[in-house]
Amino acid sequence: MAATETTGKTTGKTAGTTPRATAAPLRWLRRNVVILAGLATLAYLILPNVVVMVFSFNKPHGRFNYQWQQFSTDAWTDPCGVADLCGSLGLSLQIAVWATVGATVLGTMIAFALARYRFRARAGVNTLIFLPMAMPEVVMAASLATLFLNMGIQFGFWTILIAHIMFCLSFVVTAVKARVMSMDPRLEQAAQDLYASPVQTFLRVTLPIAAPGIASGALLSFALSFDDFIITNFNAGSTVTFPMFVWGSAQRGTPVQINVIGTAMFLVAVLCVLAGQMAGTRRKRSKK
Amino acid sequence: MTMTHTPQSSGGDVRLSQISKTYGSFTAVHPLDLTVPAGSFFALLGASGCGKTTTLRMIAGLEDPTTGTVELSGEDVTALPPYKRQVNTVFQNYALFPHLDIYENVAFGLRRRGVKSVKKQVEEMLDLVQLGPMARRKPQQLSGGQQQRVAVARALINHPQVLLLDEPLGALDLKLRRQMQLELKRIQTEVGITFVHVTHDQEEAMTMADTVAVMNGGRVEQLGAPADLYENPATTFVANFLGTSNLIEAEVVEAGGEDLLLRAAGTKLRLPAARCSASAAAGDKVLAGVRPEKMALAHADDAASVTDGHNRLPGRIKDASFIGVSTQYVIEAPGAGEISVYEQNITRDGRLIPGAEVVVHWNPAHTFGLDAAQSLLAGKTGAAGADLDEEAA
Amino acid sequence: MTATEAPAPPESDATEPPALRRTPTRKRLVPYWLLLPGILWLLVFFAAPLVYQASTSLQTGSLEEGFKVTWHLATYWDALGEYWPQFVRSMGYAGIATALCLLLGYPLAYLIAFKAGRWRNVVMMLVIAPFFTSFLIRTLAWKTILADGGPVVGALNSLHILDVTSALGITEGHRVLATPLAVVCGLTYNFLPFMILPLYTSLERIDPRLHEAAGDLYARPVTTFRRVTFPLSMPGVVAGTLLTFIPAAGDYINAELLGSTDQKMIGNVIQSQFLRVLDYPTAAALSFILMAAILAMVTIYIRKSGTEDLV
Repeated sequence: MAATETTGKTTGKTAGTTPRATAAPLRWLRRNVVILAGLATLAYLILPNVVVMVFSFNKPHGRFNYQWQQFSTDAWTDPCGVADLCGSLGLSLQIAVWATVGATVLGTMIAFALARYRFRARAGVNTLIFLPMAMPEVVMAASLATLFLNMGIQFGFWTILIAHIMFCLSFVVTAVKARVMSMDPRLEQAAQDLYASPVQTFLRVTLPIAAPGIASGALLSFALSFDDFIITNFNAGSTVTFPMFVWGSAQRGTPVQINVIGTAMFLVAVLCVLAGQMAGTRRKRSKK
Repeated sequence: MTMTHTPQSSGGDVRLSQISKTYGSFTAVHPLDLTVPAGSFFALLGASGCGKTTTLRMIAGLEDPTTGTVELSGEDVTALPPYKRQVNTVFQNYALFPHLDIYENVAFGLRRRGVKSVKKQVEEMLDLVQLGPMARRKPQQLSGGQQQRVAVARALINHPQVLLLDEPLGALDLKLRRQMQLELKRIQTEVGITFVHVTHDQEEAMTMADTVAVMNGGRVEQLGAPADLYENPATTFVANFLGTSNLIEAEVVEAGGEDLLLRAAGTKLRLPAARCSASAAAGDKVLAGVRPEKMALAHADDAASVTDGHNRLPGRIKDASFIGVSTQYVIEAPGAGEISVYEQNITRDGRLIPGAEVVVHWNPAHTFGLDAAQSLLAGKTGAAGADLDEEAA
Repeated sequence: MTATEAPAPPESDATEPPALRRTPTRKRLVPYWLLLPGILWLLVFFAAPLVYQASTSLQTGSLEEGFKVTWHLATYWDALGEYWPQFVRSMGYAGIATALCLLLGYPLAYLIAFKAGRWRNVVMMLVIAPFFTSFLIRTLAWKTILADGGPVVGALNSLHILDVTSALGITEGHRVLATPLAVVCGLTYNFLPFMILPLYTSLERIDPRLHEAAGDLYARPVTTFRRVTFPLSMPGVVAGTLLTFIPAAGDYINAELLGSTDQKMIGNVIQSQFLRVLDYPTAAALSFILMAAILAMVTIYIRKSGTEDLV
C-alpha cells in the first residue's frame, strides 16, 4: 500500500502532465472502492430505519401507512392511541426481561461448567448447545408447539417464556464461555492465595472479570426475545406480543404508532450504545 | 527500609514429607522429602515439566498432593485450602487482577482478612517497591517490571511465613531480570521471610538462593548450596544443567589411593577418590567430569611445558569463539569426543586457531567422577522434558 | 545457610506410608449441578420436542378423531411431492441471499476492520442499531421503499432495468413488490448483520502488518487480498454464511410480507399447515425434511471448508 503511494507520488512529480491527470479520478476510485462499497452496504442497512422514522410523521389516508401523504405529529403525541398496541409492547418487554434473566442464569452456569471443569458427556453438552443455533426457527417452533399441544398445555405467557429461554440459552452460553475461557485461571488462584474464600473469589474476581461476557449474553437474549416472531407465532396461542401485533397489522392495517415505537426503540438503543461507548472509552485501557 | 508498624515476620520453615502428585497415569512429582529452613532463600531449579511448579503449588495449597504432608512452621497444613495458609505466591505472569487498580490489588489480601484500615500499610508497601505514584493505575498500564513489583508487594503485605515465587522473572528482559534478582534478594534480606523460588534459569537460582534443589523428572536430583552443586555435581543432569561440563567416559585402572587412576582416550587421568560419587573399584566404568573454565590449552609444540601432574588430553581445535572475557574453544579429542575449554583472555596465543594441534590440561583436583550408567546428555539444553508441569497446572 | 541444613531426600525419615488422598465427591459433582437446570431445559424443550415431532410425522388421523402413530411414511412422500417447488425455492432464495450478503457484507466488514479508524465504533453502531427496531417493522418499510409508484421502482423503470429483470423472471411487469426480487432483497437485508459481525470478528484478528508483509513480498493489493486476507477470514465467511443461510432457508416472513403466493417458501407451508390447516403430521414431516436437508448441507459445507473447530 505504502509502496504504491510513494511510487505514485514520484511519477506524479516527474511526469505530472495530462495523461496522469485524467487517470487521477480513476485511481482515486480504485483506491477507495472498498470504502465506497462498504458505505453503500451501510446505506442499504440504514435505509429502512430512515423510512420508518420519516413515516412516523405521516398522516396516511386509509388503513395502511405505506405511502407518504402529509406531515403530522399525531402519532408521536398519542403513541398508545391504537388498541392493544401498548399492551403488546408491555407484554413483550415483560417476556424479554424474564427470558433474559432465565437464559442468563442457566446459560452462565453451563458456560462455567464447560469452561472450568472436565467431565464426561462434554461433547454431548456442546452439541446440545450448538444445535438450537443451527436449527431453522420454524422447526424448533413447530416441534415445541407440537409438544405443548400433545401435553394439553395452554398456550400463552408461560409457553412463550419457556420457548424464549430455550433459544436464548445457547447464545448466552457461547458469549460467557468465550469470556471465561480467555480468563487466566491463575487470577482465581491468586485470589485464593490472598485469603479469599471460594465464595469471595467468585464474587470479587471471577464474576467481575466474566461480567462483560455475561452482559453481552444478556443483551443478546433481550434483543432476541423482544424481537422474536417465528417461535412466538407458534407458541403464543391468542396472546399477542409486539412482533405479533405488527404481523397482524400488516394484514389489518398498519397504524403510524408502530413506526413511532420502532423509531423510539432505535433512538433509545443508539443512545444506550453511545452512553456505553463513552463509559467504555473511559475504561478502555482497563480492559484487555 | 523497615516496616515498624507490624511485628517483623520471621519466616517459617516448610517441611514436605513423602509428598507426591500424580495426574492419572502421569507422575508429576515422585514422593519427596524436603525441608526449607526458616528465613532461607530456597530455589527449586529444573527444566519445564520437572515438577517444580507442582511442588510449589502443593505448598501454596493450589494443588492437592496425592500423598504426603505439607508442614508450615511445624503445623500440618495439608488439608487447608490456600486461603487459610500463611503462604503467599508471586505468580508466573503475576496474575494481577485486571479489574482492580494497583492499590486495590495490593490491598486485596488485607481486605479479605477483614483488616479495616489498609491505607497506611498499602502505601508503605507501595513505597517499598517504589510504586507509590502508580497506586491508581490499572495493571495493564504498567511495564513488566512494575507489574512484577506489584505482584511482590501484593504478596508481601500479608506478612506470610513463606513467600512462593513461581518463575517471577520469566517475563522480563535480561537486564531487568538481573536488576530484579538483586531487588528480590534485598527485600528477602530485609523482611526475613522464607522465600521458595521456582525457576528454570540456573544462573538466577545460583545468584539468589542459599540452597538450590535441582529437580528432574519429578525427583530432586541434588540439593545444596549453589557453589557446592556447581563444584560437586552428583549426576550428569546436574553437571550439564548447572553450567557446562565436559564428561569423559573412563575406566578405573587403579583404586585405593587418594587419587583414582583412570584410563580414558588412550591416556591416563587422575581423579580425587573423594570427588567420585560412583563406586570405583578397579575395572568399573566412570565418567570423569571437568568444567571448561578449569581447563587450559597448550599448543602441541609446548606440550613439554605443561605443569607436571596435570591431566592431559591431546586434541585439535575445531572451533574458537571470542566472547570478550574469555575465548571458548571446542577441541576434538580422539576417544573423548568434543571438549569445551574456556580460556581467559589474559595472554592470547596466536597459534591457537582452528586446526591447531593442542594439549588440553587441568589440575586433577578439579576432576569429579560420576556413575557411568547415566546419559551423558541429561540436562543439556534441548534435552529437557516437555511442558507437562505447566500444562497440568 | 549451608546445604547440610536442608537434608537430602533419602536421609529424611519417612515414618508413615504415604496415604492416598482423593478429591471429595462433592467437589467432583459441581459441574453436573451447574449443568443440570440448563441442560434439562434444553432436553425437555428442545430435544424432546424434536423426538415428539418425529413421532408426529409418522401419525395419521384428524383433529377430531385424534392422531395415532401408524408409521405412515407416505406423509413424507406426499409432502415432498406436493411441496417440492417451495423446497427448491427456499434453498434457492436462501442461497442467493447468502451470496448477496457475503458480497455486500464483506466490504463493510473490511471497512470497519481496517479502514474506519476512529469511526470504527460509529460504523459498528450503525450496523447493530437497526437490530433494535423490530425487524417486522423494518421489513414492512421495504414495502414503502419498493412501492409501485415509489422512486426506486420509478428509477429502475426509467433505466429499463425492470424490463431486463422481468425477462429473466426475477420481477414481473413494472413492479418489484410481490416478485422474487423483493423477497430476496428482504432476506438479504434481514440477515446481512449476521454476515457482517462474524466477518468483522475474523478480519479484526488479522494483523495489519500481514498486509504490509505481503506487499513487501511483491503482492499487489488484489493478490494480497486473494492470498492473505481472504483465506485468513475463512472462519468468518463460514460462520457468516451459516448464520445467514440457515435462518433464511426457514424464513417465511419476507415471502409473506414482500412476496405473493408465487414466492411462498417452505416456512410458509409449515406455518400454514400447522397454524391454519392444522395438519400436524404434514407440518412435522416438512420441518423434519427441512431440518435434515439443512443439517446435511451444513455438515458437508463445514467439512469442505475445513473449519470444523467452528462449533
